[in-house]
Amino acid sequence: MTSPLEQKIRIAGPSIVTANRTSDGVVIYRTAANGWSTSLPDAAIVRTVEEARALLAESVADDVGAVGPYIAPVEIKDGGKVKPGNLREHIRLKGVTIDLLPVPA
Amino acid sequence: MYAYDELDRTLINERVEEFRDQVKRRLSGELTEDEFKMLRLQNGVYLQLHAYMFRVAIPYGTLSSKQLRRLAHVARRYDRGYGHFTTRQNIQFNWIKLAELPDALADLAEVGIHAMQTSGNNTRNVTSDQWAGVAPGEIEDPRIWSELLRQYTTLHPEFSFLPRKFKFAITASAHDRAAIKVHDIGLRLHKNAQGETGFEVLVGGGLGRTPFIGKTIKPFVPGRDLLSYVEAILRVYNQYGRRDNIYKARIKILVHELGIEKFAAEVEDEWLAMRDSALTLDDAVVEEIRSRFSYPAYQKLPHMPEELKQAAHDPLFERWRKNSVFTHKVQGYAIVTLSLKPVGGPPGDATAEQMDAVADLADKYSFGEIRVGHEQNLALPHVAKRDLPALWKALDKVGLATPNVNLVSDIIACPGLDYCSLANARSIPIAQELTRRFANHDTADLIGRLHINISGCINACGHHHVGHIGILGVEKNGEEFYQITIGGRADENAELGVLIGPAVPYGEVADVVEDIVEAYLALRARPDELFVDTVKRLGVEPFRERVYATR
Repeated sequence: MTSPLEQKIRIAGPSIVTANRTSDGVVIYRTAANGWSTSLPDAAIVRTVEEARALLAESVADDVGAVGPYIAPVEIKDGGKVKPGNLREHIRLKGVTIDLLPVPA
Repeated sequence: MYAYDELDRTLINERVEEFRDQVKRRLSGELTEDEFKMLRLQNGVYLQLHAYMFRVAIPYGTLSSKQLRRLAHVARRYDRGYGHFTTRQNIQFNWIKLAELPDALADLAEVGIHAMQTSGNNTRNVTSDQWAGVAPGEIEDPRIWSELLRQYTTLHPEFSFLPRKFKFAITASAHDRAAIKVHDIGLRLHKNAQGETGFEVLVGGGLGRTPFIGKTIKPFVPGRDLLSYVEAILRVYNQYGRRDNIYKARIKILVHELGIEKFAAEVEDEWLAMRDSALTLDDAVVEEIRSRFSYPAYQKLPHMPEELKQAAHDPLFERWRKNSVFTHKVQGYAIVTLSLKPVGGPPGDATAEQMDAVADLADKYSFGEIRVGHEQNLALPHVAKRDLPALWKALDKVGLATPNVNLVSDIIACPGLDYCSLANARSIPIAQELTRRFANHDTADLIGRLHINISGCINACGHHHVGHIGILGVEKNGEEFYQITIGGRADENAELGVLIGPAVPYGEVADVVEDIVEAYLALRARPDELFVDTVKRLGVEPFRERVYATR
């Protein structure tokens, strides 16, 4: 399998690096402080291919904490609020879009 | 039910401890993800959008009530209270934590359940007819041969690192409920002119990116030669199958590129060199496996008990009975399908409470046995007809008596983009909307048998190619679009559906399906001409015209 670092990086706007936490698979975002957060607003925003490559490289280096880091698009709304840039990332952040069967509490 | 012996139990328990150690080493950093990935896949553990997904095997779709209760326990203890029954007689849990997986596996191992070979490039969970052993007219119980193949292929070193995954399906009935023609190897038990029992062997079927209907490679292989013949096929595949391109690595591509005659000749050469070997099955081996299946002590019961006559006056019961109750090989008994397709529900999902309830009802009414079908429904295979009214009431209380089996809202759907990391588009919300559109039972009954299959990507876990109406999610410029095919079918007359035109956006899919169904109702030759037969008779053009004339 091609390493994420060997893949061609294309970004069309503000982007972040996201992955899943190794121990439980929870969605996580790479922060500017070289760590991970489950909160999208904590994510480091990159805007150039070079920045994205560097953020991805440090994310991939943390093989113990995270699985499958990749670059994902985000939108920066008025006031600086960060939103997922596509449906896939929206679902990863907000959860499934469907009505589940009712499960008793 | 098949009773595992000490060897099986030891194997499963040792596997749990092996995986526990692998998980521990992964979490400590001793194993990298690259090193660990293959190990987790071989234990049914994927990484999906939100979490790890854990796929558990239900070999040939047979479960005991004790096993189903344990699956409910896993759903409740380690997941979010529900599970998803798949199109290959597995169950998936969507929110499992890696750190807790060894405990979940250990809990399952206590009741003889495992996740071996539910993923990875090996021989996968062997599937069969969910009515095996109870279907009228069946040649013999195909689960005996399914179990034989399960034992033979489990952890088989030669088949653990194949070019790609490899799937078997077996049926012993004239009507194919196991979709054998869309499997890598499909096996149909039948009798030859001499009255001997053996297998028609089909090879190279499959869906996904490049769908093919399987072709008969040998019309009759005696039971004693099953393993040697299957091994010959797998050896030819192992030798010539492509490992350089994941999209061309399945056996169907090899069969297509070599041609069925050349492929068959290669297999025959291989087989003749090995057929009279240790792989030849003597009767004692088959009988040993047969003896480990237990069958109910059926009573002599009337064909039409008084309880059933009385209940027939209730139109709601009759509606359910007509669509959910099927003929059993033993007089006085019935096979009951439990729809996991409630209006507005995710197809194939069941809560832990529903699983527990079904286990209780199986104990009470079906000799403690449950079946799982590739259509993502459950079945109780041994219900006395006199118990049908009471069973219906009990099922209705837990939301499992939706009277839509084989009707338009009995939809097959993969998890799609709501869960799956491979998906391009959502499947489940499309299915949910369609079940709402066709919620009126009188309308669904008027339409008759109609299978809608939905996949969220070209990998086709929702079997869209063989849906009477197939829906495939694709992504176009960041938006969800759906290609619609019609005329597919997965039975003994299996065919691939034909694309009717350009993909339509998410918001139009239900309207398009309604248009197709309305066209069918106007075009069918008579009320009992099935949708798929009307398409066969007329082709796709009238449907295409109806859908795209105003779009």
